[in-house]
Amino acid sequence: MEKLTSPYKWGMVIDLDRCTGCGACVVACQAENNVGICEKQEISEGRNMHWLRIERFWVGEYPDVRVRFLPVLCQHCHDAPCEPVCPVYASYHNPDGLNGQIYSRCVGTRYCGNNCPYAVRVFNFYPHEWPKPLDNQLSPDITVRSRGVMEKCTFCVQRIRRAKEEAKGEDRPVRDGEVQPACAQTCPAEAMVFGNLADPRSRVARLSRSPRRFKLLEHLGTHPSVYYLKGGGREHV
Amino acid sequence: MYESHSLQASHNSHETNGTYENYGTNVKTATELNDELLSSLAPPSRRWYLLVFLLGAVVAWGLAAFTWQVTHGMYVTGKNRPVMWALYITGFVFWVGLSHSGTMVSAILRLSQANWRRPILRAAEAMTVFSITVAGLFPLIHLGRNWIFYYLIPYPNQRGLWPNFRSALLWDVTAITSYIIGSSLFLYLGMLPDLALVRDRSQGWRRTLYTILAMGWRGTAREWVIYQKASTLMAALIIPVAVSVHSIVAWDFAVTVVPGWHSTIFPPYFVIGAILSGVAAVITLMIIIRKAFRLEEYLTPLHFDNMGKLLLVISLLWAYAYFVEVQTTWYAHEPIEWEVFSFMSGRYTPQLLIMLLGNALLPITAMCFKRLRRSIGMMLVVSLLVNVAMFIERFLIIVPSLSHKNMPFVWGSYHPSLVEVSVNLGALAGFALLYTLFAKLFPIVAISDVRELEERQAEVRLGRARLSSIAGKD
Repeated sequence: MEKLTSPYKWGMVIDLDRCTGCGACVVACQAENNVGICEKQEISEGRNMHWLRIERFWVGEYPDVRVRFLPVLCQHCHDAPCEPVCPVYASYHNPDGLNGQIYSRCVGTRYCGNNCPYAVRVFNFYPHEWPKPLDNQLSPDITVRSRGVMEKCTFCVQRIRRAKEEAKGEDRPVRDGEVQPACAQTCPAEAMVFGNLADPRSRVARLSRSPRRFKLLEHLGTHPSVYYLKGGGREHV
Repeated sequence: MYESHSLQASHNSHETNGTYENYGTNVKTATELNDELLSSLAPPSRRWYLLVFLLGAVVAWGLAAFTWQVTHGMYVTGKNRPVMWALYITGFVFWVGLSHSGTMVSAILRLSQANWRRPILRAAEAMTVFSITVAGLFPLIHLGRNWIFYYLIPYPNQRGLWPNFRSALLWDVTAITSYIIGSSLFLYLGMLPDLALVRDRSQGWRRTLYTILAMGWRGTAREWVIYQKASTLMAALIIPVAVSVHSIVAWDFAVTVVPGWHSTIFPPYFVIGAILSGVAAVITLMIIIRKAFRLEEYLTPLHFDNMGKLLLVISLLWAYAYFVEVQTTWYAHEPIEWEVFSFMSGRYTPQLLIMLLGNALLPITAMCFKRLRRSIGMMLVVSLLVNVAMFIERFLIIVPSLSHKNMPFVWGSYHPSLVEVSVNLGALAGFALLYTLFAKLFPIVAISDVRELEERQAEVRLGRARLSSIAGKD
């Protein structure tokens, strides 16, 4: 990991013992980020545009079956496999530790999508349209991506930008909990916590030190910014 | 002109020189040789026009499919998440592989002074140029936004951005550009004396064309000395370029963290595969050219015998590389790596079997027998099957790995779409079309190289000295 030049290192903790798999985060993300609306056919072709998905796994044999949920979004890796492979720097690392994606630079080689071990990058196979009145919901803060462009979770970078600007106007750092992405804001179980991992007193930093923590595909050495919490024992399944 | 050397090739002198293996049948005079080998440049027949028309139609169909993709979106392909690369990149790797033919046959055999290469080297070099050109189109075809492909080219721009040279795709751009330039120069340089020869025998617009291309070649001794040096140097220089090109193509896969791709054996494995498909393609072409231009006297069973031996060696190497790759994965049995292999062998069993048959079993067994190596029919079957198998091999490397990556929840599969198949067919037809036009416009057999061999065969040995016999009709 390179030394970050910014006082912020945005990260997230997702408590799997709290997650009920309700899917509110998926909807919130779609509404916040102008994510394309996919038809049934598009989804059955494996071309859905969700930046955040809830993976569902069944454990055990009937009748003793449990279901496990795993919300997966861009892990904002610090050694991100998607970044070096992009020939045009559309995928890049910003000083706050975010994986940026610059839509206007993207030529659509889809190399980043292949090299992302978490498969969280989605490609605009279709030109997306927002039927009326859904077009009124499009956020002016965010580019509407054209077809042929790769996109993915940004940790709601537009919200982070705004919070940082406000904090700068008041000449103070961004307070803990002042900014959170749409998914974390919406989660009814408060399973998702977002914040500045560089501040050891922040809620997210404290949770990330939990003994229940783990990272997805940690053995690949990608150094994700997203921590998952998961206890042992049946009752937590 | 070269004819002025006029080295007689009498049968007597040839017979006295039994140490020289005879790769042509009879040693001919320069005039006979020129007449025969340049007959391919005669005004085209109706069948030729029909062939060009048919190939042109397939190319047009491929272009229409590509236009459809550009105007509608990448959804017209069969790609999805997680299989974001598929048939286009398969085509890319396959055509880059084919382009190794010219280098292999021409450069390596030139440096090893294998004289039997002479009648086929032009055909092989031209194949290199056209297949690398076709290959270079695929990465552009597969872009999501083809219309801004120039973002990949390093040039000063208003975006203030240099392309990312950490990306293997930029290495590709660099390597393929170098290879296109290098192999075109190699082809062109080798053609210079022949171009001058054709210039002196043609009229009208053709004469103008050849006059420009021949760059004032007169065939003086000094020109020949420089030409020989330059050709040998080019041959030595083009080999590392060819090896690097396919290593870099392999790195597109090997440098990723995709299970099944991330493998150190890939660069040598890809280079061997490339040479295998290249040699097989040269054999196929030899058979076609031999038939089409009636070159039975120049492309003899002996040539096929030698190419068959080459195919045998490369096929053994390929089998070894494949075995090493699978054996390591099987022994380690790393769950996700092994998952890719078991998915591949389960879902694509017929393809896998064709691949093993075409790349290893058939060539290795058949090419052991001299009679089969000298049978044109058998060579055609083997060489075609090798290339079908090589295309499948590229596909099996690319698609199954992407289908079953690290996250089982997003495992997927891939079915080629009509658009992708059409573009690939268009590329094949485009290659054949370029080749057909080339063979009509330029001498497809390297006359000067063949003559050089004839000249050597006409040498007389007197004690330790070797003398050329200089007497003859022309």
